[in-house]
Amino acid sequence: MFKIVRREELSEGTVVLNEIEAPQIAKKALPGQFVILKSGEDGERIPLTMADTDKEKGTITIIYMVVGKSTELFKTLQVGDGYEDVIGPLGKPTHLEKVGKVVCVGGGTGVAVLHPITRALKQIGNDVTCIIGARNKGLLMLEDQMREASHDLRICTDDGSYGHHGFVTDVLADVLAGGDIKEVVAIGPVPMMKAVSNMTREYNVPTLVSLNPIMVDGTGMCGGCRVSVGGETKFACVDGPEFDGHLVDFDELNLRLRAYLDDEKNCHRDFCTIRDAQ
Amino acid sequence: MAEQGAKKQKNPRVAMPEQEPKVRARNFLEVPTGYTVKMAQEEAVRCLQCKKPGCVDGCPVGVDIPGFIDLIAQGDMTGAIRNLWAKNALPAVCGRVCPQEIQCEGKCIVGKKGEPVAIGNLERFAADYEREFGTGELPPVEPATGKKVAVVGSGPSGLTVAGDLILKGHDVTILEAFHKPGGVLVYGIPEFRLPKEIVAQEVDFLSRLGAKVECNVVVGRTVSIDELFEQGYDAVYVGVGAGLPRFMNIPGENYVGILSANEYLTRANLMKAYKFPDVDTPIPMGKNVVVLGAGNVAMDSARTAMRLGAESVKIVYRRSREEMPARIAEIHHAEEEGIELFLLTNPTRYLGNEDGRLTGMECLKMELGEPDDSGRRRPVAVEGSEFELECDLCIVAVGSGANPLLTSETPDMALNKWGNVVADLKTGKTTKKGVWAGGDIVTGAATVILAMGAGRDAANSIHDYLTLGW
Ligand SMILES: Cc1cc2nc3c(=O)[nH]c(=O)nc-3n(C[C@H](O)[C@H](O)[C@H](O)COP(=O)(O)OP(=O)(O)OC[C@H]3O[C@@H](n4cnc5c(N)ncnc54)[C@H](O)[C@@H]3O)c2cc1C
Ligand code: SF4
Ligand code: FES
Repeated sequence: MFKIVRREELSEGTVVLNEIEAPQIAKKALPGQFVILKSGEDGERIPLTMADTDKEKGTITIIYMVVGKSTELFKTLQVGDGYEDVIGPLGKPTHLEKVGKVVCVGGGTGVAVLHPITRALKQIGNDVTCIIGARNKGLLMLEDQMREASHDLRICTDDGSYGHHGFVTDVLADVLAGGDIKEVVAIGPVPMMKAVSNMTREYNVPTLVSLNPIMVDGTGMCGGCRVSVGGETKFACVDGPEFDGHLVDFDELNLRLRAYLDDEKNCHRDFCTIRDAQ
Repeated sequence: MAEQGAKKQKNPRVAMPEQEPKVRARNFLEVPTGYTVKMAQEEAVRCLQCKKPGCVDGCPVGVDIPGFIDLIAQGDMTGAIRNLWAKNALPAVCGRVCPQEIQCEGKCIVGKKGEPVAIGNLERFAADYEREFGTGELPPVEPATGKKVAVVGSGPSGLTVAGDLILKGHDVTILEAFHKPGGVLVYGIPEFRLPKEIVAQEVDFLSRLGAKVECNVVVGRTVSIDELFEQGYDAVYVGVGAGLPRFMNIPGENYVGILSANEYLTRANLMKAYKFPDVDTPIPMGKNVVVLGAGNVAMDSARTAMRLGAESVKIVYRRSREEMPARIAEIHHAEEEGIELFLLTNPTRYLGNEDGRLTGMECLKMELGEPDDSGRRRPVAVEGSEFELECDLCIVAVGSGANPLLTSETPDMALNKWGNVVADLKTGKTTKKGVWAGGDIVTGAATVILAMGAGRDAANSIHDYLTLGW
């Protein structure tokens, strides 16, 4: 069992943070890599990109949004409980390089994944601007950590309850117009990554996105995670999860992510009905 | 074994009882239900106890076939299983999944005039009898040598290596990437052909002998082979299988509803998705299902789809029946269960709707032309023969290549041009010191028994190395 040593609820309880004992994984993990978790015998294998690792303590941190039955089950786990299976580190680590001015754009729980990458980009000497967004102020995550990890933090909310009233792309447009941006890293919901990539394409700024297709094994063995990148089929779990945003077929990814939507909805509804009746 | 085409003969083979096709086509219980003692003995006496038995020549690991059959005939079931174990560590598995018709049974003298002795059925009987009535007594383990061996991958090949070396007194740890051990035996071959309970018992047997099984360890990611040596392992066996799904590479392959057989079967078997929503992993429920390919993997996929409630299941294969690589029994079972064969048919593109979901595929009719490199007649397209097949689920079972995850992280272990590990034919030694390999990662997708045979050879070589040197 992989024990949970710290648990926090973020974004009004819609997002949960778990710090988990996994010394072998913590020792090897690099920013951008993910793990697969399964909570019990009959659980589903869920891929999540690591938000942090602590080699000394031998722990990894994951942050997930509660969206379906599997994450509802994860949410029931308290400190002292654990995951039956944690597999990793999987995927290729982020390619980190000193290039100059970099912009990191995060939306939703993508901010959690963006955090270690942002921190590393700053550490190796880049000038890092960070733009993070959420639907409203209460849902915004890791504000302090992101401020710490970057040189300049910009905040957006869809409803204007905090920071800029609007989307991360509004702010990104300004920053790009300022010129001299060498790289953009965008992690968040598919529509956000698509919008960012479309915008940076016009400015010819290389853009890295982190994809989250449906996965099973995470080792290149099933092909369930296939994505089209530059007209070629790639397995996100081994060839990614990060790809050149200008080449990714986001529309296809979006359709593929909906493969089990009905099943999941029904399953989640049944779970909540039973839970609430108890 | 299928008892198809049973010719009238004086001394017919004893058929193994099976679930009725109509019933079993909708459940996941094992299809053949096993011999009774009486049936087994009746079948055993059909063996002529040849002086120069053809069957043994046909067996990749040289099981003493007349020997164990004779012990069954005499009622010495313990003797029979001991005899089998001497050459084959997993008889309950092999009795069920070996392609006997091209191995032992294909060479049986009785088969020249009628039906061969049902060697596979008898092997299965002896193993099942032991599981049910055996003493469960453990074989003696030699004194500890203090040498540590890491076995990477827990398929039939890794399990064989682990079993052999633990008996020789070495300290064995199996490292498995998935959360459950067994390799293809648990994630690929379905419950109705190989109950998972049997595989679990085999693994449990190794644990009781003292082997350690560590799941969730992806060698090449969680830990590298060099790090294993740093951790104090003296030898490493690589038995990671052929885990890289091939696709058709035709337009539309990323529509929702097109899965590799690996994904489909892993969902169904390892994740038990056929019990969804009682378990959490979903699996696509196809109404009209097409399976591409004609090997065991294709048959397993087709029969799984039928059991999940499909209205129609079609196997689409570009060659003819003769070239179908699946075990005859599986083809026969599949047809009995209502699966249609579309032979000499090749898909050219997938069709989908605006939601990106599969709705059908376009195919071409083929005919057999001149023989190709493999000696099989090459299928050539019949011009203007395009037609459409309606389907909402397509399972691609056209083979597996070598998964590069571990090998790409181990640059000093040489690969051939297809990415398979280069290993000595007799010993399994790779070009990297202290590292052996065998099974599908060396041969490309093959069979359980060949993977086990390679495991046994490597275990002997590893033992020599640990006691004598490289
Ligand atoms: C659906 C299906 C049906 C089949 N039916 C038959 C049949 O009827 N008869 C027959 O003889 N053969 C059959 N085969 C073929 C047979 O199963 C294989 O040839 C055999 O299992 C190969 O054994 P192996 O030990 O080499 O590898 P596998 O059984 O593939 O086991 C390899 C194991 O290694 C693990 N692994 C992979 N990479 C790593 C890593 N980096 N670190 C740690 N672990 C790793 C895998 O998860 C897996 O558990 C079938 C195959 C399939 C897929
Ligand atoms: S060839 Fe057939 S008859 Fe002869 S020993 Fe083998 S199983 Fe018996
Ligand atoms: S998740 Fe199976 S290949 Fe990527």
